[in-house]
Amino acid sequence: MKNGVVIVGAGHAGVQAAASLREDGYDGPVILIGDENELPYHKPPLSKTFIKDAEAKPQPLRGEAFYTGSAIDYRPGIRIDRIDTGRRSLEISGGGALAFDHLILATGSRPRTLPLPGSDLSGVLSLRSLADARLIRDLSAQSEDVVILGGGFIGLEIAATLRAAGRTVTVVEAVDRLLGRAVAPVVASHVRQRLEATGVRILTGTSISKLEGENGHVVAAITSSGERLPARMVIVGIGAVPNVELAQAAGLTIANGIRVDLQMRSSVPEILAIGDAASYRHWFTGGDVRLESVQNATDQARLAARTITGHADAYSAVPWFWSDIGDMKLQMVGLTAGGDSHVVLGDLPGNKFSIYHYTGDRLLGIESVNRPGDHMLGRKMLGAGFSPTPETVAMGPEGLKAALAAFQQEEPARAAG
Amino acid sequence: MTKLTFIAHDGTQFDVDAENGSTVMENAIRHAVPGIEAECGGACACATCHVYVDEAWTAEVGEPEAMEEDMLDFAYDVQPNSRLSCQIKVRDALDGLVVRVPERQG
Repeated sequence: MKNGVVIVGAGHAGVQAAASLREDGYDGPVILIGDENELPYHKPPLSKTFIKDAEAKPQPLRGEAFYTGSAIDYRPGIRIDRIDTGRRSLEISGGGALAFDHLILATGSRPRTLPLPGSDLSGVLSLRSLADARLIRDLSAQSEDVVILGGGFIGLEIAATLRAAGRTVTVVEAVDRLLGRAVAPVVASHVRQRLEATGVRILTGTSISKLEGENGHVVAAITSSGERLPARMVIVGIGAVPNVELAQAAGLTIANGIRVDLQMRSSVPEILAIGDAASYRHWFTGGDVRLESVQNATDQARLAARTITGHADAYSAVPWFWSDIGDMKLQMVGLTAGGDSHVVLGDLPGNKFSIYHYTGDRLLGIESVNRPGDHMLGRKMLGAGFSPTPETVAMGPEGLKAALAAFQQEEPARAAG
Repeated sequence: MTKLTFIAHDGTQFDVDAENGSTVMENAIRHAVPGIEAECGGACACATCHVYVDEAWTAEVGEPEAMEEDMLDFAYDVQPNSRLSCQIKVRDALDGLVVRVPERQG
């Protein structure tokens, strides 16, 4: 047992897995492999603070002192070509091999690409990495007109950021509403109204038929209805696909991601997968999911470390997520797909409200805009297995807090956390 | 450079030089101060960079804004001198600031 743990992928999931192995007392080698030449960094600020400020620096997930102090062997700029499951070994691109006792695949996801005439022009970008964000930041400084393809979280965050920096921004979304199925229609239309009030133009139910260029650089996007949208920069934000190729070639089971059990083990037990690339049966909904969020990445990383150090906890973290779009702090907790009714707390025109989603009498989750207290209380309630009635929700935060406290007194066994 | 002191829950002291304009949280991360997780990277979305501001410094550091206060409400063992360190910007007037790290985050 002395080849240790090799972690492939140095994003939020991979770095947390390395940290958690040490926190849990793992004393073998821990090797963290990243394909970028950067100290691992926070991704969410890339679509917000980073691209608007030429001086902004990437935010490291952990300082350099952490890796040396915790004996984590971080190896940047390395790609893995192949997993040899029989020999428990990795082939490193450009030569060399690396043996492991356990392998954690934290390979993440990558932006979905759009097969579109002109999508290979310069100035057509997507956002995933720090290198992408630097390109967007540099080009946006010299681009008056920006077109964003896709009205999801990334696209809208960038739209708000670039609009605040004075750019002319058009968002083009193929379906008839923003944010897909990620949030309730009432939240989506609220976000749309506020973005439009800042001057972002939003075209839903519209696709792009081609991109036009001059001298190899994009100059316009042509919509399905024939409108020509001038654009020095086009950002494609139409979702992400999991990086499963390594796992697939090694024969691991793939099902919209690397399939893992509730201890994060793949179909080859000494290979675990976590984060954006992992799919699993979710304890909360009973359905199969693959979640792209910091919370999912870090909580699965903690669990993978516990699996390797000999614990057998089952994944039961409460899913949560946030997005900052202009002056809206959106916070989501739970999984709200399949809800059949909802209760609204707060003030929509005042830009501060929460939507409590139910299926029958069970609380599925909460979407909040500028109401972080509701979100945090929701994390506690769902974590405790407490489902307040819509009547209790209507009493507001104080009533909910009291009801949660009463519930936890009745069920002390569930009160932990 | 502005001097900051972090005192970890086990008493270990970290004296660091911080750049003005950076946040107290960023400096804790850079110097691997144990107990500061800062999972959301400073978006005021996770409440895992909770610190106690030394009593001598609470007036200079100031009060949390409403959004931070709502998040803090759910941190572990909140005290009147609790703050989220991602919301405290380093400036000259904070030279010598001392903050303590709680037993755990959340």
